[in-house]
Amino acid sequence: MIRSSQSPGANARFALSRRGLMSLTAGFGLTYFAAPALAATAASKRKLAVIVCRGAMDGLSVAPPLSDSNYLALRGPIAIRPDQALRLDADFGLHPKLVGLYALAQAGQARIAPAVAIPQRIRSHFEAQDLLESGGEQLYGVTTGWLNRTLASMTPNRRVRAISIGAQEPLVLRGPAAVDSWSPGGREPGDLTRVKATLADLYQTDPVLGAALASGLATEAQAHMLAAGQPVPARDERGFAATAGKFLAEENGPSIAVLSLDGFDTHAGQGAVNGQLATRLTALDNAITGLREGLGPTWSQTVVIVVTEFGRTAHVNGTGGTDHGTASTLILAGGALKPGGIVGDWPTLQSARLFENRDLAPTLDVRQVFKSVLADHLGVDRRALETAIFPDSASAPPISSLV
Amino acid sequence: MSLPSNNEMAAAVAVSRFGLGARPGELAAAVTDPKAWLKAQIDHKGADQPPGLLPTSRDRFQAYLAARVDAQSLKREAVAVAEQEAMTAPPSPGQDMAAAAPVGQSPLDRLKAERRAAQKPLRDGIANEILARAQLAATTPAPFRERWALFWFNHFTVSTAKPAAAALVGPFEREAIRPHVFGRFDELLYASSIHPAMLMYLDQERSTGPDSLGGMRRNAGLNENLAREIMELHTVGADSGYTQADVTEFARALTGYSIGVEKDGDALVGRPLYRPQLHEPGVRTVMGRRYPDTGQGQARAILADLAASPHTADHIARKLAIHFVADDPPTTLVARLRSAYLDSRGDLAVVATALIDAPEAWSPAPTKFKRPYEFIISSYRIAGAAPIDPDRELIQPLTTMGERPMAAPQPNGWSEQAGDWTAPDAIVKRLNWSAAFAAAHAPPDAPLQVADAALGARLSAPTRLAVMRAESRPEAMTLVLMSPEFQRR
Repeated sequence: MIRSSQSPGANARFALSRRGLMSLTAGFGLTYFAAPALAATAASKRKLAVIVCRGAMDGLSVAPPLSDSNYLALRGPIAIRPDQALRLDADFGLHPKLVGLYALAQAGQARIAPAVAIPQRIRSHFEAQDLLESGGEQLYGVTTGWLNRTLASMTPNRRVRAISIGAQEPLVLRGPAAVDSWSPGGREPGDLTRVKATLADLYQTDPVLGAALASGLATEAQAHMLAAGQPVPARDERGFAATAGKFLAEENGPSIAVLSLDGFDTHAGQGAVNGQLATRLTALDNAITGLREGLGPTWSQTVVIVVTEFGRTAHVNGTGGTDHGTASTLILAGGALKPGGIVGDWPTLQSARLFENRDLAPTLDVRQVFKSVLADHLGVDRRALETAIFPDSASAPPISSLV
Repeated sequence: MSLPSNNEMAAAVAVSRFGLGARPGELAAAVTDPKAWLKAQIDHKGADQPPGLLPTSRDRFQAYLAARVDAQSLKREAVAVAEQEAMTAPPSPGQDMAAAAPVGQSPLDRLKAERRAAQKPLRDGIANEILARAQLAATTPAPFRERWALFWFNHFTVSTAKPAAAALVGPFEREAIRPHVFGRFDELLYASSIHPAMLMYLDQERSTGPDSLGGMRRNAGLNENLAREIMELHTVGADSGYTQADVTEFARALTGYSIGVEKDGDALVGRPLYRPQLHEPGVRTVMGRRYPDTGQGQARAILADLAASPHTADHIARKLAIHFVADDPPTTLVARLRSAYLDSRGDLAVVATALIDAPEAWSPAPTKFKRPYEFIISSYRIAGAAPIDPDRELIQPLTTMGERPMAAPQPNGWSEQAGDWTAPDAIVKRLNWSAAFAAAHAPPDAPLQVADAALGARLSAPTRLAVMRAESRPEAMTLVLMSPEFQRR
């Protein structure tokens, strides 16, 4: 059913990938090659949205491996059964709350990478998020965010901007390059023209406040215009993601937006079709839908990456939840995405294949996906990619044919 | 070591970096001997309790259980009603759904409203806690004592972001944190680790030894969340070299720590309760040390060793230095605090004294950007006011600034790094809030007098000039609140 909407090429690629899976050879089943350089004019209109799901999102529930014979036994009461999942293909489904994402997948505008991990094996949320967002090979190797370094690398040729959506700026955007930010909520008081001018003076020598206030005020003014007087409720994921989409779609708007969702740390009472995780996946689905709505026609030039710091244990634990694991599912969506099957191989849930006999093993380094999208979608210079943006990442080559 | 020669500058640093921002007259109280003023706030009985009669964890746990039962039965009823509505009134094809909706409240809407009403006492309870502690912070004459308590609450984060723990967050701070903040770290750690709020927040309350009597009967098992976070966040830190096996062993030792419910007897409801039938039998090995199976004492012994570890001394010294002094603190300061911790066997009053005595803590240049809570509390203090409406004055503005009170998104608590709080939008939110606050609370005194009383020797010449040129009291007050020196401490 789903395959009818995909190109035959995509199915052929998927079949290849499956064979790689069956042979269970070490390493990756995909081939890597450099994509042709993009024309700068085309790349400049392209948009990237990154949604960071904090707390370790359970990939085995996001995209349940329906044909894996060990899945139901490992997961017991929290498994998403084949009759409950939204079926992607013979092997994988989506969680039933991801209806918006499923519609995109049917239109060839969403794919999953089911076994992705950061380069170092870490089970601390906070260290893993740091590594995911800094883009380093190892913890504490790099202190700025890889998207900030991306901005810096692109700036000599064209001014590229990024916006952080939410009250706090995530590490992935932090660094020397200035970044816009916006979050819903707050009241606009009366006329502050004089105060703003005085503060601009007072902040002239301040290392942070001057630039931040100027940028914040400009973004705030634009948000008012985009929202056409309709305030966005602070807890409305669809609404704030739609605003993010509108920012991206603006003429001369930012090229990159980052959103964060939290609450994915489901140690107890995780639930299955309904419950704790299902509620968060509904929020995620709403955020993806909101982005698409806000982007409008620009959706066709957009790639969305949904990523988490690590996955969760293959086994359900003693309290109806899952503990900190290793590989998880990464989601790609957007109109600029090439249709296709799963990205990377499926390592299977056989006990001999589990990492440390407990976690889904990674078959793809998360930087491989990031590098592919930056190079092939945003046209980021390959040398900058290998040196400044993802230092020491030769072991994580970009993958072909995502965009 | 001596203070900076200028006592006025030292007083200005004492009230802002160590305190919560000056209240009117506070600088005068501190200026004679700023260090003595701070040390006098160290109290072996612990931090102050927020004003008013606030419920115990027992009361709140019962309220939580009652609301949960209500919510579940209402949900079942709502599902039944929804199914019935769908059966009896199927929308005809092509019919406009909006037009077909009945005018007035449907039974489903009524049930949803009832469900919200059932949750209301829980929400109100949280708001009362937030208000009471903010009133304490806004008015206390011992602001260092309060800041010290707030540091430890953030170190042992429990959060209303997790619904199951939400009702107990306030009682946790009052029962497990405040009484112990100037005692031994070991006692604080134990009180935090066994408090029902922490057990609920980090999923310990249902963790069961697989080979315990209860585990064999119920096919229940381990949950390692609390064990991991105690090691990573509360004690030795992630870089101390423990392994997954250490975490699992500690989790096994922690089994049995639970919460009393009705059938355990009225006095134990919502209180820490050890259940031997859930405890995993056997000797445990954690970070190279063996712990015989002494039941409840096994985890207690591990906690004591974790508290005594030099890694814990490092971790806590560094966190304190980061919180009070600088995002990237001087190594000499960290070493000083570490020694104070180890030499006193974790006596937190001694550590607090060492912090006050540390010369690195007294540089006149502001080194820390205030977090939203600190910013709002210090604004109330300079205005000589206190919040009275928890939702409008605290929860809403702090949420828009990114620090919803008692609701840290993750167990590592709120960030201490300026970069997390200085995004452009966050500064705009502070400005908008400041203008509204100044309109409501600008004191009737001369604006320059207010600025002097707030910042003392830290008030800069450009800010002084801007305040003098302001056209109105609210405008002057907004400029003081948004000045670079008031935004920092």
